[in-house]
Amino acid sequence: MSSDVMPAPTAPDPTAAKGGGPRERPLSVVLATGGLVVAAIYFLVPIWWLVVASSKSQATLVTTNGLWFAQPFQLFSNVSNLFAFRDGLYVRWLINSVGYAVLGAAFGTLFATMAGYALAKYVFRGREVVFNLILGGVLVPATALALPLFLMFSQVGLVNTYWAVLLPSLVSPFGVYLARIYAAASVPEPLLEAARLDGASEFRAFFVIALRLMKPALVTIFLFQFVVIWNNFFLPLVMLSNERLFPITLGLYTWNSSINQAPELRLFVIVGSLVSILPLLIAFLGLQRFWQSGLSAGGVK
Amino acid sequence: MTTATAAPVAEMPPVKSRKREPTKHKAAIVGFLAPFVVLFTLFYALPVLYALYQSFFKTVRQGTFGPATSVFGGFDQYQRVFASSEFWSSIGRVLLLFIVQVPIMLGLALVFALLLDSTVAKGKKFFRLAIFAPYAVPGVIAAIMWGFLYVPSLSPFGITESVDFLGSGLILWSIANVITWVFCGYNMLIIFSALQAIPQEIFEAARTDGAGQFRIAWSIKIPIVLPAIILTFVFSIIGTLQLFNEPQVFRTITSSVSSNYTPNMVVYSTSIVPNYNLSAAYSVVLALSTFVLSFVFLKVTQKRAFA
Repeated sequence: MSSDVMPAPTAPDPTAAKGGGPRERPLSVVLATGGLVVAAIYFLVPIWWLVVASSKSQATLVTTNGLWFAQPFQLFSNVSNLFAFRDGLYVRWLINSVGYAVLGAAFGTLFATMAGYALAKYVFRGREVVFNLILGGVLVPATALALPLFLMFSQVGLVNTYWAVLLPSLVSPFGVYLARIYAAASVPEPLLEAARLDGASEFRAFFVIALRLMKPALVTIFLFQFVVIWNNFFLPLVMLSNERLFPITLGLYTWNSSINQAPELRLFVIVGSLVSILPLLIAFLGLQRFWQSGLSAGGVK
Repeated sequence: MTTATAAPVAEMPPVKSRKREPTKHKAAIVGFLAPFVVLFTLFYALPVLYALYQSFFKTVRQGTFGPATSVFGGFDQYQRVFASSEFWSSIGRVLLLFIVQVPIMLGLALVFALLLDSTVAKGKKFFRLAIFAPYAVPGVIAAIMWGFLYVPSLSPFGITESVDFLGSGLILWSIANVITWVFCGYNMLIIFSALQAIPQEIFEAARTDGAGQFRIAWSIKIPIVLPAIILTFVFSIIGTLQLFNEPQVFRTITSSVSSNYTPNMVVYSTSIVPNYNLSAAYSVVLALSTFVLSFVFLKVTQKRAFA
């Protein structure tokens, strides 16, 4: 205990990391790590259950321990059955979701970044008004938009088409907010002036210089918008009646709702849920270092 | 390149100083803003105005089977909104959820963020990803999955034999659990990023004075990241008031969730009647409540999380 009170100043510090201080008491390390272990169990066990359940048959799903694999191990045949079911309806949903999310997030990010950049880098009348209106958009519940959009789209014949889900997804007010903060902080004015003197147009300066400097913000906005669209449920629920146009959330919801009438759907719902969360998990892991730096720009300001 | 470094110094000052100076780069400003502003107007501003417009109309019929016509109704729809006990009890329900669930979720998120930022814990990278992982699961899918975990036939947890998680007594908290599971990591990450951005020198003085990790966290770290915490609160206000996906999924597996369980479900069930005018009025009141609550919260906390 005395070593805690008076740590030897020359002793090598095994825990010297970022944010490091004096040597930690073993008890604190155990308590802190123990707390995180409990947290990790809470957050990961449902996903683990999903993986295990996806590898079982209709019968072993209910008769065996939910947290461990059972014979026969049929994860892969379950997946291929799912993909073949009803002429590949699930694959269609998967492709739809990827299409909505990739296109919506890519163009949404570009438009939001251009707008945020203009709001950060140019002085003009009405700039703050425009920015505040866009910020107000962050607070508008997405569900409050869906019904009036349905009525508007039904007048121009867009209801029950891809456009009905894709077009509203192109707008990311939060993306503009992030892009403005990030552009103000990371694109130095002298660099833009230099580009202008070299004869570059404003658009060239943006696409060649600013976009490169704003890469972390771009990845963050893209991922945020991707997640929003990928999770989207209310808008497609309101807009779409043709199940061939459904995104995966709406598709699995309809299957899940009819398990009582068609019990064989249950395994498809479980396997389908697992397959549907993999793309995002992989994207999060792969792009980690980008979105974390972008996130800190938005979080602290 | 040599001209490039010298020139800006001379060019800089006049740009900001004068107010009446004609705007530079007009074409570029319009070009950059146009795509977003057009889409924002069409798919954000216009629907909001359209909902507002709709909410002042009502449908009348000539007799029972006559054709329906839409006529101006003034505040009739709003009178119905304010008289609707279902709507207000749904608001009460999400407020109760907010008061209990959000502090728990954000408290946990803050504790996790502080632990991951401290030197005390081991394996921090793994834990950060583990806590964040559920954010990759869409709310609908998370609700479907937890729906299986709550019922005894599939659940690996024995407790479901004796406790009815989908019964009317617990269902609100079962929903709260799903929301916490999905969003805790996301909020943790926002706070964690803010913590990571604090320059290390700030802690040196505190350490020299003998402050421990706990003291540093309480007196230095938390006050500095308060804007980030406030941001997560505002997002949670918006999210909770808008709650729809999770209860809508549970509605298909239990009768404890009515079609008017949350304000958004009231909006939806009214729209499929269909009564678009009343549904629009509900949306407007809900959006305004969200505005007011977020705004009041920002004012009360006296911090500028948005600026």
